[in-house]
Amino acid sequence: MTGALFPRQAGLHPPAFTPGYKTSVLRSPQRALISFGSGPSEETGPAFGHVKLGEHDNDLLLNHARPGQSAIGERIIVHGRLLDEGGRPIPGALIEIWQANAGGRYRHKKDGYLAPLDPDFGGCGRAITAEDGSYVFRTIKPGAYPWPNGPNEWRPAHIHFSIFGHSFGQRLISQMYFEGDPLIARCPIAQTIPDKEALNRLVAALDMAETKPMDAIAYKFDIVLRGRRQTHFENRLEGM
Amino acid sequence: MVQKLDRLGLTPSQTAGPYVHIGLAPEACGIEKPPFPTLGTEIAGPAAKGTRITVRGRVVDGGDLPLRDCLIETWQADAAGIYPGQQGADPAVTGFGRFPADFTSGEFSFETVRPGAVDLPGDQAIPPHISFWIFARGINHGLHTRMYFPEDNLSGDPLLARIEHRDRIATLVAEARGETEYWFEIRLQGAGETVFFDI
Ligand SMILES: [Fe+3]
Repeated sequence: MTGALFPRQAGLHPPAFTPGYKTSVLRSPQRALISFGSGPSEETGPAFGHVKLGEHDNDLLLNHARPGQSAIGERIIVHGRLLDEGGRPIPGALIEIWQANAGGRYRHKKDGYLAPLDPDFGGCGRAITAEDGSYVFRTIKPGAYPWPNGPNEWRPAHIHFSIFGHSFGQRLISQMYFEGDPLIARCPIAQTIPDKEALNRLVAALDMAETKPMDAIAYKFDIVLRGRRQTHFENRLEGM
Repeated sequence: MVQKLDRLGLTPSQTAGPYVHIGLAPEACGIEKPPFPTLGTEIAGPAAKGTRITVRGRVVDGGDLPLRDCLIETWQADAAGIYPGQQGADPAVTGFGRFPADFTSGEFSFETVRPGAVDLPGDQAIPPHISFWIFARGINHGLHTRMYFPEDNLSGDPLLARIEHRDRIATLVAEARGETEYWFEIRLQGAGETVFFDI
């Protein structure tokens, strides 16, 4: 359980200042981040293993639907495993997701896109990972939607993911894309990630083996968080 | 040739976007009857030991405008400096908070107990602090900072000792507004830019 976190891999996450994504221009720190080895404040973290989930918390087809109804759209299963860099599963971790409906519209008072709301779709879900780090959601495939970054900019279909590991220093928010979507290469947000291979890790693969015939298409999305050094030696050079 | 290190590639970060509230604070964005309640609304329950405090603040961009669409998350130790999950931790303290900025004013506000100093191996300690993680549209990777208290002596903190421009430490110290109330302004960019960490 103890042990310092691995440093974040340089060049992997998007830099703060990415002018192609215009909102980042005034919201990006200009000074360098102060780097330091992790201590108790980062190596501990909130635990959610005990949170009692509702029956449909991970089922977006039903968790906002009227009785007997379900969300409109292409029915999908999104599943995968939460692992650390060493390949170890992270059990008991909270994964929260949110997304637009099949028409690309969010249930949010700030979204004024002309596509209609679906009365049977809320757009959020959550799951706690199992012993082997696995999680699963059932939802609809979100639609692409326009946004005012440029005169004609469209977000690829995506699901937002919020992930806790076991320590606050592992906290991650990201987005999952879908295999084969031509909008990914044109998206200024997806393209904030400098490393092509790292971006590919956000693209969920069509998973025919897990597809439920006559019901829902499956996509597989594994998530990898920072790992921890094993504590072979206890001496700490810089006090932390 | 050498052996291959069997490390997996990390999942890269993406912005939380403007609609983050749907997933993480549904009450804030007008969702009636969200399927589950927002987490992190109570850092310290009524039975928590220690001094109850209120922290208010805002996150300001490089054009001097408060972010009205950001969320902050906080993580802290209990009044004795013990983190939840560690031995002897106060069971009434969850340590975790999640608060959306107000859609009109951009202000966030939360109640908690004043954390204690956190002991380190040897005889060092980290002065009382609350860790902050800030995310919003336009922030590509959650920003990590800390809030310290104006009454405390910060000279022994090994992390703060790392900051070469000493005048920047003030950006991590809350302003006292009365006995048990603090104001913590986080500036993303420009003059008075808050110190952010890669820890
Ligand atoms: Fe989105």
